[in-house]
Amino acid sequence: MNVFEWSFLAGVLTATAPVLLAALGGLLCQVAGVFNIALEGQLLWGAFVAVVVSDLTGSAWTGVAGAVAATVLFSALLSGPSVALRADPIVVAVGLNLLALGLTAFLMRQIFGSGGTYSSPDLAGLPDLGELGVDVPVLREQSPLVPVALLLVAVMAFWLTRTRSGLRLRAVGQHLDAAQAVGLRVSGYRHGATLVAGALCGLAGAQLSLGNVTLFGEGMSAGRGWIAVVAVMLSGVRPGRLLLACLLFGVAEAFGFRLQGAGLPQQAADAAPYVITLAALVLAAVWRRKATREHA
Amino acid sequence: MYAAELVGVTKRFGPVLANDGIDLAVARGEVHAVVGENGAGKSTLMSILYGLHRPDAGEVRRDGTRIALRSPADAIRHGLGMVHQRFRLFPGLTVAENIVIGAEPVRRGRLDRAAANEAVAALSERYGLRADPSALVGGLPVGVRQRVEILRALYRHAEVLILDEPTAVLTPGETDRLFEVLRTVAATGVSILLVTHKLAEVLAVGDRVTVLRQGRVTGRFATSETDADELVNAMIGRSLAPSAPRRARPPEGDPLLEVRDLTVRDADGVARLSGVSFAVRPGEIVGLAGVAGSGQRELVDSVTGLRGAVPGVFLAGTPVRAGRDPRVAYVPEDRHGRGTAPDMSVAENVLMGAQRDLASRWSLPRAAVRARARDLVDRFSISAASVDVPIGTLSGGNAQKAVLARELTRPSQVVVAEEPTQGVDVGVRERVHDLLRTARDEGAAILLQSSELTELRDLADRILVLYEGRVVAEFPGDAPETDIGRAMTGATG
Repeated sequence: MNVFEWSFLAGVLTATAPVLLAALGGLLCQVAGVFNIALEGQLLWGAFVAVVVSDLTGSAWTGVAGAVAATVLFSALLSGPSVALRADPIVVAVGLNLLALGLTAFLMRQIFGSGGTYSSPDLAGLPDLGELGVDVPVLREQSPLVPVALLLVAVMAFWLTRTRSGLRLRAVGQHLDAAQAVGLRVSGYRHGATLVAGALCGLAGAQLSLGNVTLFGEGMSAGRGWIAVVAVMLSGVRPGRLLLACLLFGVAEAFGFRLQGAGLPQQAADAAPYVITLAALVLAAVWRRKATREHA
Repeated sequence: MYAAELVGVTKRFGPVLANDGIDLAVARGEVHAVVGENGAGKSTLMSILYGLHRPDAGEVRRDGTRIALRSPADAIRHGLGMVHQRFRLFPGLTVAENIVIGAEPVRRGRLDRAAANEAVAALSERYGLRADPSALVGGLPVGVRQRVEILRALYRHAEVLILDEPTAVLTPGETDRLFEVLRTVAATGVSILLVTHKLAEVLAVGDRVTVLRQGRVTGRFATSETDADELVNAMIGRSLAPSAPRRARPPEGDPLLEVRDLTVRDADGVARLSGVSFAVRPGEIVGLAGVAGSGQRELVDSVTGLRGAVPGVFLAGTPVRAGRDPRVAYVPEDRHGRGTAPDMSVAENVLMGAQRDLASRWSLPRAAVRARARDLVDRFSISAASVDVPIGTLSGGNAQKAVLARELTRPSQVVVAEEPTQGVDVGVRERVHDLLRTARDEGAAILLQSSELTELRDLADRILVLYEGRVVAEFPGDAPETDIGRAMTGATG
């Protein structure tokens, strides 16, 4: 088994993209001081709406747009109570995660007539970059959202450190009262971050259900939103490190597929990415502790 | 015409009349002190001037024109700046970012870091407020952070600068430097409103003083024509009793607290205390001086048992026990962290540690708990709406009296007090000092850590000076402040 062939790297990117998009949203919220653990639910909701809209209209891009819009609305259920009404975002997010799981399963039966997994020839998936004329080996079979996700990492890094609004968002997240005292419109920034995170989760969901595969399955986010939350916590709110954390998960998942091909039981292969990511979390925590000690 | 004026300002919070028709006027380039006890209405008044609260009646004027303040943003726009007692800074941002935020220089859509750094450097230079523009604020000492706050206000073109208890967190040296800065700033035409408890400061740096008591103005003075006694009279409506005689009887007997060759290392193995030895006898107050971070925290934690059963600490001859040795009464500096559980009631807070005395086999009788609390509230003259309100709603001075009530009624012979009068007004301060003196006269051994030299000199029989974890000097309680101050900086001889 050759880990260094193009198809493996392509598999890594495919596995990374949805997690990365959701994690970018999570990072944005983290910067704004909203601990967003509703990524899982938003990802699932986005994946569902993408499939429904694509199925109805026959256009994958309309599906993506629908997913983004619907997930922004969904994230308003987080930003409204937690920013405006000062509810605990964790409690609200737990509710949203459960809501997404139940609502998608329910609507699936209402719309498609059956639960489980839905796929259809009418369902348009996102085109491969190869079809759009991109002839780079790793990207040939990726959806256009994959390079978008990678590009957004750079955009986010630039925006947070080099622009006025990025600086202000960081300030809001660090010290709410202080931000208010220097005259910033604090709620606006927090609402904005949460809603943009919703848009990113919508993209993540669309990539999952129209890019990685072309189908919707109940609970198909399968913990990717939680991995994104972990990635955000590992990143120390640095987009570059966030990318590394997400790539780690991507590598682990791609590796799991390979192992499955090599005869490892499917359950073990499915568990691998989560086990590896959890181990990385522990290691990172140990390292960070060491680093702060050396610093002090 | 005044730079800023508050005219007939009245503000009510529920049943409490915080400000009652207050008039306050600040001239251009003047340092104007606002003094008063806790709860006298100073903070409310300043919050109104900075747009954080809206007055129920009265108005705010700038240069003679009435202005409407709905938020700090409005206040900033009208040339008002405020340095809060709890700094409003962003630890993860640089000094320059902290200063320019809200009015950042932008070039071609991007933050212009170079321009920000230049602007900050220029301001630093102009007012003698040194601070490295590219340093992260989170790692800076308190004194520098305060400079950043002042620079921020000046960067936003504040023409009236409000400072709320600015010296509470500073060492004597830093305080002197701050005053120089304030004079420099005032000389450029900026008006300064200095809110403080400390009358010596008012007299040292202020031009005029407005005294508040119970929401009303009780005195207006030019500092050149008044003195501390007159100010105290206006503040608390009576004169302070002359300070009590140093002691009723000399310390005698075996030490109740003894520290022998105590060395404490932090997690990295760096020595925070090295070879510290001293003893406190019954009826003695030993003062602990030193700039912040000289090992005071480590010493207090060792003596109270909070650092575990540290070898070298003895209470009445036996080693200290781990985890808050019950033989020590401890009045912590951090009133709302270590001192009290802010969300719990006054009754519960003063009960802590004594619950076993009241508990029956299965339960804690509420009636007894509250009766005990009421008794303590009376004896220590704590003003609280009832013993059932959360202690966090009490003013700083009353919360501190509650902590003292709890600690000094413990059957402990050793008392460790950290900054016992920080952030409390003169009336409470006097009361706290009396309580400590009484405990001393009843035979307690008291270790008193304070950053205020006047307090140490008022109370302590001996003063130990900590510097970089060592006791570098010992003075009698009445040694000149300058000598002690010099030892605090590590200067020998």
